Amino acid sequence: MLPELLQFILSGMTLGAMYMLSALGFSMIYNASGVINFAQGEFIMAGGMAASFLSAAGVPLPLACVAGVMIAGLVGGLVERLAVAPARDAAVASIIIITIGVSMILRGLTEILLGKRPYALPHFSGEAPLALRGATILPQSLWVLAAGALIVLGLSLFFGRTRIGKGMLATSYDRLAAQLVGVDVRRVLTLSFALSAAIGAVGGVVIAPISTVAYDTGMMLGLKGFVAATLGGLGSGPGAVFGGLFLGLIEALTAGYVSSAYKDAVPFILVFIVLVLRPQGLLGAKPTDRI
Amino acid sequence: MTHHPDQSLPGSRQSSILGSILGRSDARRTGAGRVVGLAALAAVVALLPLLLPNAFYFDVAIRIAILAVNGIALNLLMGYTGQISLGHAGFFGLGAYGSAVLTTHFGWTPLPALLAAAGLTAVIAWGVARVILRLRGHYLAMATLGLGIIISIVLGNEAAWTGGPDGMPVDGFSLFGLTLSGERQWYWVFGGLLIGTVVLAQNLIDSPAGRALQALHGSETAASVAGIDVGRRKIAVFVLSATVSAMLGSLSAHYSGYINPGIAGFLQSVELVIIVVLGGMASIYGSIFGAVVMGLLPQILAGYEGWDSVLFGVILVVTMIFLPRGVVPSLATRLRSARLAGKGGAAC
Repeated sequence: MLPELLQFILSGMTLGAMYMLSALGFSMIYNASGVINFAQGEFIMAGGMAASFLSAAGVPLPLACVAGVMIAGLVGGLVERLAVAPARDAAVASIIIITIGVSMILRGLTEILLGKRPYALPHFSGEAPLALRGATILPQSLWVLAAGALIVLGLSLFFGRTRIGKGMLATSYDRLAAQLVGVDVRRVLTLSFALSAAIGAVGGVVIAPISTVAYDTGMMLGLKGFVAATLGGLGSGPGAVFGGLFLGLIEALTAGYVSSAYKDAVPFILVFIVLVLRPQGLLGAKPTDRI
Repeated sequence: MTHHPDQSLPGSRQSSILGSILGRSDARRTGAGRVVGLAALAAVVALLPLLLPNAFYFDVAIRIAILAVNGIALNLLMGYTGQISLGHAGFFGLGAYGSAVLTTHFGWTPLPALLAAAGLTAVIAWGVARVILRLRGHYLAMATLGLGIIISIVLGNEAAWTGGPDGMPVDGFSLFGLTLSGERQWYWVFGGLLIGTVVLAQNLIDSPAGRALQALHGSETAASVAGIDVGRRKIAVFVLSATVSAMLGSLSAHYSGYINPGIAGFLQSVELVIIVVLGGMASIYGSIFGAVVMGLLPQILAGYEGWDSVLFGVILVVTMIFLPRGVVPSLATRLRSARLAGKGGAAC
């Protein structure tokens, strides 16, 4: 394989793993509650910022990372309880506005608490690039890929093996039926937000050493996660994985071979084309309408 | 409780004025009620300059009028057909940049440039609508969001024509040798535009076409069974909405004298959606209310970095929790039911 092409694929996979984590968060919340959460990017940002701040304040790196993820998870759960749950019966557009409001609150609070300057975490295991068939890869990229793989594995075990995971799946199929067989639907909804935020935050933490994180970095990451989730088919777990990796690859290849100025436009052009050709996403089921 | 809130009851005239201002979507709403609401709006527009002390406040009022016209345009689409658009600022940007590029690089005069930009936007909107309006709900939101972002990225990258991320200057608006200058003259342009847009929107809503659109919002399947060409109606209102925004974009580019790709960006599109939803979907006066809030809040909160964003977010969340249908329709319903309760008590 051409070293150049391999290089683009490696950086595309790293980027893709990040988008995948964002997309998984989108899909999980969409499944559980039918809500598109426009604050997903802010969850990612919150995790990265909290970990970076703690690490800069002298907390050991592993502890700072775990704390960052937990803080983001807590924020996610709180957001569901305080802002989304009270508006359960509102229309889709109203709930979209609520999540946009939440994203503004999180951005503003981060700016007040931690300032406008960008933060960075130290690389987990050194900054010396590893050589691979003429291309190079940062050790941190391996961390990103490993974190992505672990989360996907963990989620499939969670949804396949655990009681609460199965309860979440049941809720996404039919909320009322799940409630009737004893699933605590309220808890499932809160958990879906907490879990989505924590998963996004893992992405924010592992990517922070490569690309710095600031109070306003969440928006684009969130939007691209939305694109990735849509590409794969909203609400589909495998779709989110596929959509995220695909998006990262295409973006890296465009930046490398076509135009780096237009790399940010690529996801949106791509999702546009996919939706026109296949309105339910690449892996989504064909929707049926209830009259 | 045998009494109905009837127009002939004593004391109900005042509430019909209130009702028309609050945009009640009542089948009983008469042409007279509409005229009263419109007269109230015209009076506010006409008398406001007496209260505005200087050019800065005129500028704020103009920006509110721009937001209101844009909000009403989007509300025609969102409120009356139930189609969400998260990229509407893109059309505003196309109009603004269309005018700017044609007048700056090609030496066109402003009016033909405005019409050409609006025509071009209409064609683009028509082409896009044909393919994306088949989508539903969140997929449509994604497609329109993508469209807006693509437009703003193109505007930011084609620096030879648009000045890139820094933006480009735009000449003033002149017609037949007369040039509009200063906030006070522009105020009347945008004030008139606002009233014209309200008239247009009300006529559209009460026309057979408008009723067809509302049926669409209720249930697309039922509407198509009733013989409404669902696809064509949706495309028509999408194109109309985009074209109004484009013309507004042209005028505001000439007014502000400087534009950058941010005017077409995601945050601007979100701002418009907030105006529609906060004020109330399908409420014309609601969109004006939303525009007033969105126009004034940043002024009031300016200088509190970070806190402005937090407070703004809190207002959005709290409003949507307690008034989920938007401020104006929710308050209108409460007023009406309070009035009903009052009458019922008197009758007993």
